[in-house]
Formats: sequence, C-alpha cells, structure tokens
Amino acid sequence: MDFSLNEVQMILADSIEKFITNEYDFDARQKYSGSELGYSEEVWKTFSELGWTAVPFSEEDGGFDGGPVDMMVVMERLGRGLIVEPYLANVVLAGGILRRGGNSTQKSEWLSPLISGKLQATLAFAEPQARYDIANIATTAVRDGESFVINGLKGYVLNGGNAKLLIIPARTGGSQGDERGITLFGIAADTAGVSIQSYDTIDGQCAAEIQLTNVSLTTASVIGEVDEGFQTLRSTIADATFAVSAEAVGIMNVLTEKTIAYTKSRFQFGVPISSFQALQHRMVEMYIACEQSRAIMMWAAMAVTEGGEISAHAVHSLKYQIGIAGTRVGEEAVQIYGGMGMTWEMDVAHYFKRLTAITLMFGNADWHLDRLADPATP
Amino acid sequence: MNVTFTTAENEFRSEVRKYFKEEFPQDVLEKQRKAIPLTREDTVRWHKNIYRKGWAAPSWPVEYGGTGWSSVQKYIFADEQARASAPAFLPFGISMVGPIIYTFGNDEQKKRFLPDILEFNTWWCQGYSEPGAGSDLASLKLRADLEGDHYVLNGTKTWTTLGQYADWIFCLARTNSDVARRQEGISFVLVNMKQPGVSVKPIVLLDGEHEVNEIHFDNVQVPVKNLVGEEGKGWTYGKILLQHERATITGVANLKYMLLRLCSLCAKSIKGAEPLSNDRNFMRKVAAAKVELKALEYTELRTLASVVSGKAPGPESSILKIVGTELCQRIDSLYLEASGYYALPYVRDQYDSAYPEEDRVGEGSETNAALVYFNDRKVSIYGGSNEIQRNIIAKHVLGL
Repeated sequence: MDFSLNEVQMILADSIEKFITNEYDFDARQKYSGSELGYSEEVWKTFSELGWTAVPFSEEDGGFDGGPVDMMVVMERLGRGLIVEPYLANVVLAGGILRRGGNSTQKSEWLSPLISGKLQATLAFAEPQARYDIANIATTAVRDGESFVINGLKGYVLNGGNAKLLIIPARTGGSQGDERGITLFGIAADTAGVSIQSYDTIDGQCAAEIQLTNVSLTTASVIGEVDEGFQTLRSTIADATFAVSAEAVGIMNVLTEKTIAYTKSRFQFGVPISSFQALQHRMVEMYIACEQSRAIMMWAAMAVTEGGEISAHAVHSLKYQIGIAGTRVGEEAVQIYGGMGMTWEMDVAHYFKRLTAITLMFGNADWHLDRLADPATP
Repeated sequence: MNVTFTTAENEFRSEVRKYFKEEFPQDVLEKQRKAIPLTREDTVRWHKNIYRKGWAAPSWPVEYGGTGWSSVQKYIFADEQARASAPAFLPFGISMVGPIIYTFGNDEQKKRFLPDILEFNTWWCQGYSEPGAGSDLASLKLRADLEGDHYVLNGTKTWTTLGQYADWIFCLARTNSDVARRQEGISFVLVNMKQPGVSVKPIVLLDGEHEVNEIHFDNVQVPVKNLVGEEGKGWTYGKILLQHERATITGVANLKYMLLRLCSLCAKSIKGAEPLSNDRNFMRKVAAAKVELKALEYTELRTLASVVSGKAPGPESSILKIVGTELCQRIDSLYLEASGYYALPYVRDQYDSAYPEEDRVGEGSETNAALVYFNDRKVSIYGGSNEIQRNIIAKHVLGL
C-alpha cells in the first residue's frame, strides 16, 4: 500500500511547480489570457520542450508512457497555476483520440507535431442538443463513394479558434443517441464549409461554435473504423473528465490556502478575521472538501489504471465529488474574501471562475450522480 | 501508487474471515444484523471468545498480551470484523484505560489490571464527563482529597456508557483546585465501583434504552495506589486517551457494511412493497453516500499508508471523526427512509428470545431503523463534539 509518487512523477511535479513559481505568476497569466491568441506561444513551446505534452503517449508514439497518476500530477499543477495554455484540448482530447484510434500516417501527420507543440488541435465533443450525452450526435457524415459529406453544429469546441486540426465525431449510421454508427474524422480547420465562431469563455480561455456545411472529406480522414468510433470517444472523454477533476483539486487547494492566509492578514474590529469561529468552521469545511476530493482522485487514478468497469464508476464518482466540493470551495472562498473576492483584480475570483467552468464540463454533479444511481451503470 | 495487499496479508484476511464464520458466537452476529441490543452476558461472552483466540488487543504491545499486528493487519481485522457484522470491541478497557495503564502506570498496576482487561474479567467504564461540563472537559469538579493513604472522592460523573454493567471506572478527578490553569491539578484514578458511596443512576435516552448513567461519588475511598502516573498530570494522560477514542470512533469499515446492508434492504420488498432500488431519487442519495464513503475510506488508507511507512498520520487523519460520524448519521437516516411505515412500530422486546416469532411486527431490522437513527445522533456529540473537532482542525491543522 503506497500513496506516494515515484521518482519520475516527483521530478515531473517539481518541474511544473518550478515553472509556475518562476515564470507563471498571476499577472503573466492574465496577460496571456487577455492576448489576441488567448495563451502564450512561448509558454506552449516550453511545455513541449520540457516534455509535458508527451506525458500520456506511448514511447512508440514519441511519448513518456505516462498513466493516470502521471496525468493527475500534471493536471493538479496546471490547476494550481491557473494555466490557460490549451493542454486539455491538445494533449488530452485530440491526443487521446489520435493515440487510441489513429493509424501510422495520422500519427506522423498529426500526433507527432501535436506532441512537439507545432500543431494546435482539438476534439469537438459537444453538440447543443446533447447536453452531456456524448452519444447524442446529430452531425451527419453521408458516404458518397470514396468521400464523406458532413453537416452539423458543434458547440463549446475548446481551443476551436486556434486549432488547425479538428476532430469531429459524426453519425454515419444508427440514430441520434446510438453508440454504434459514430465515426471520428480528422479535419483541417481551413477546409471549405467549416465556419468557426470563436469566443472567450468565463474562465479566461477560448472556445468556438463550429458549423459544418457540406464539408467534403476523403476516407483518409477517418480515425479508426467507420461506425465504431464511440469506444475511442468515450475513453477519451473519461480521460478528460479525470483530467479536469485533478485540475480542480489543484484549484481547490490553492483557494483554501489563499483564503486561510487572507483571513490571517485581514483585520476587522481590531482582530484578524481568522479568529472568528464562524469563519474558522467554514474554512475547516473547505479543507475537508479538499481532502475528500483528493482521496477520491487518488482512488480514481488507481481505478483508471486498472481499467474496466471500476474505472467508469470511479470517474463518475470523482466528477460528482468535484461538482459538489468544487462549488462549495469556490463559493466559500469568495464569501470569506468578502468584497475583495468579488473583484477582477484578485486571483481568487479567477480560480473560482475556472472551477465553476470545470463543474459544468463533461457532466455536472447531478448528471454523474444519476449515472451512479442507474442500475444499468456497472 | 497502489493499494494492493501482500500474499501474507491476504492469507491473514482469510484466517480472520474464517474465525468470524466458524468460531465467533453466531447468535451475537445475528443480533447485530437485526440491530438488537446485546445483553451484558452476550458482550462478555464474545469478548472472552476473541480472547481465547489471542486477538483481544490488536493495538497493545506484545509484552502485555497484544497481537503484534502491523497497521495493515489491524485494518484488515477491523474490516473483516465489520464485514461479519461483529460488534466492535468495547473500548473502555482495551482502547482506553489499558493503554493508559501500560504507558503511565507502575508495574504493580500493570500486573493487577491488564490481564483482567484482556480476558474481560472486569468491565470498565469511563468517568470523564460531568453534569454541566459538556465538551469543556477541563471544567470538571469531581474532588479527590488526599486523606492519609486514600483519596476521598465527592462529585458526579455523567454520560457513563454501560456504567450499569461496570465493575471499575477510570476517572479524571481534581486533586488540586489552587492552580493557574484549569488543566492542572487533575489526576487519573481507578475506582472500584463495588463499594460504599458509589451509586449508579440510569439515564434513559431518546430511543428508550438505558445506555448511559450518572455516577455519584459520596465520600468514596480510593487507595493512593490506584492513582495512575503522577498526581496532577491526569489531563495530559486523558488527552492522549481522547485521541485513542477519536481514532476508534471513525469506524470506516463499519460504515462500509452498513451501506451494503442498506443496499440489500433497498433491493428487497418489505411486505410486498415495490423495492426502493427502483426509486431513482432514493438511489441517488445512496449513491452520494457511497461516494462520500469511498473518499473517507481512501482518506483512512492514506493515513494508514503513512503510518506503515513510518511517518506520523498526516493532517488528513483529523477529518476522519467529523466525516465518519456525519456519514454514519446520513446512512442511518437513509435506513429510516427506506423502512417507511415499518420504521414506526415501537415494540421494544419483540426480538427477545421469549417473544413469539409469529407475533413480531415487520420482517427484520427495519423495525429498529428509527431507534438506531435516534441513538446515533450521539456520535457527533460524544468524544469531543464535531464543533470541538472543527476548532481543533482550525487551530492545529490550518493554524488559524
């Protein structure tokens, strides 16, 4: 029984922490977030140079063969640094599809440049009518000889404005909601018929609505087998759910630490507000929420490593926990900071906003709890 | 990072499981499954059974009759104990006064008291709380005045769990009132209850059961040789004991099997009713409790892993009592809901062996769900209320 990190994981953790301390303070983050691009190309280059973009990929694909525990280490620290660089969209989402489903040509054309930081990519996992059901896909891909014609609308495509490679799940068979009949396509963003409406998100990141109108593709764009893309999609979304949850644990810990420190320095009625029992107990609840979330995260990391049914169960449990505990910690931090917590200039406000975005992503607390309560869920 | 057990640990688990299945008194397990209170005789009998097995004191050093188990073995034992629906050790002797005696007592006291604690020949109870003192333990008033080679005790202890069965009581008593801090001048004394001046007055709790008592001391003579450690240092010893108490209150293993039993109750039909497992709204609440329990279980395993690796338990261990007790109460309230109308009959003696089986109302433990729910309101109050626990975390973990 061992909850410690191995040597490689400790080095990884240490290098990301050092980078954040030395080169990624809150002012820098705000500057990158507010820039035209929405992140720093320079920082992204550092990410690939230091090997962070290679973590989950096999050695054969040019990666580090990292597992869920390694991803947990990375994501928790990206959370602590409130990083806006598109790690989730590139490495976890697009990378997750390509490493599972991509053929050798696709891997050399798309995955290698993604790992080396030269290609921006994303996965369009959401559609407006589907809420959190990733099998609910209305986008169609109709076969026409050796080509496919795609029509549909994808919502909340992370990094959608900057991505040169879009991975689009579309329906080639079955009816809306069926797991079978989903095919994954890799599409260049500048293909005719692709219309991208880019926007900023509440958490200082970028996403896009993408309209696909009679987009014509060859069979070479298909990632994996026609009609059989759902397993790859589901596993990748499970990875992403786990990843943002670990990011949330990092954020929750920062918020709790900062709140505690703030109450010691903030004086009211002649005493530090940390001496008030009403606030002390609220901060103890924040601390409990952090510890309980960390425990579930560690369980999930081990369960996902093991794979199988327990893995899906653990991810549902984790995201439910993060939904409840994350909301609590974020709201409490702002409450205890008082008026200052309401201001744009305070970092806590921005941690709170990222946490809020995460609670809405890949299924909110209710959605995951409902999966756990469903007798049909393993 | 892993939570796998070694082959030897798994073999140990099988051995413990076999013991509870084959050697442990099965009628006691049956009563536990139906949430029927155990009699004094039941409790003595099963403790003696476990003593004969050599497992009466998992946490004691081997030289005093402990098992010499590793932390992981203790964890496995507790898990199997709960899995079998076996009762937890009565803590007063084994977990509370025993460790104080072997840590701070003299050789004569060790020889005199420890073997009887192990074999459960003496029933101990705890004399800490006093009327009006609540969680403010240091305000205690029980006086122990030195007169020659005796202390003379006057005052009252309360909330004394199962004191009506007890032979001995360990008390925190004030030996000196002229002190700068209230925590000073308190001594730890062992008192034979079978003597003049000790009277036990029952307190009936909201579930109708006589579980706790008020103990009055009226010029009770306690020989000086029953003082443990130094006079006036009782607070220090008592605080250590409270930490033992908090560690035993958590009962993650027990919660795990409470929840499993809840799920099997949900899966069955009570008197032809639709099983609750078809009620998605209820099952969401069960699922939420399961997530919280998994988190608690892993918090406990993290604590265990740090102890195994030779470190002190991390700060995360401080949350175990709060989360464990609140979750226990949540599971109790789910039992209550699951039982519906059949939580309402109050037929106290219907599980006594003398009661004709065909006259029982309901089909099983659901008729005790309300009594368990009421009784377990205590868990967030005793052992330092959960508000006190939050104060402790605020001060010692968060540095507020």
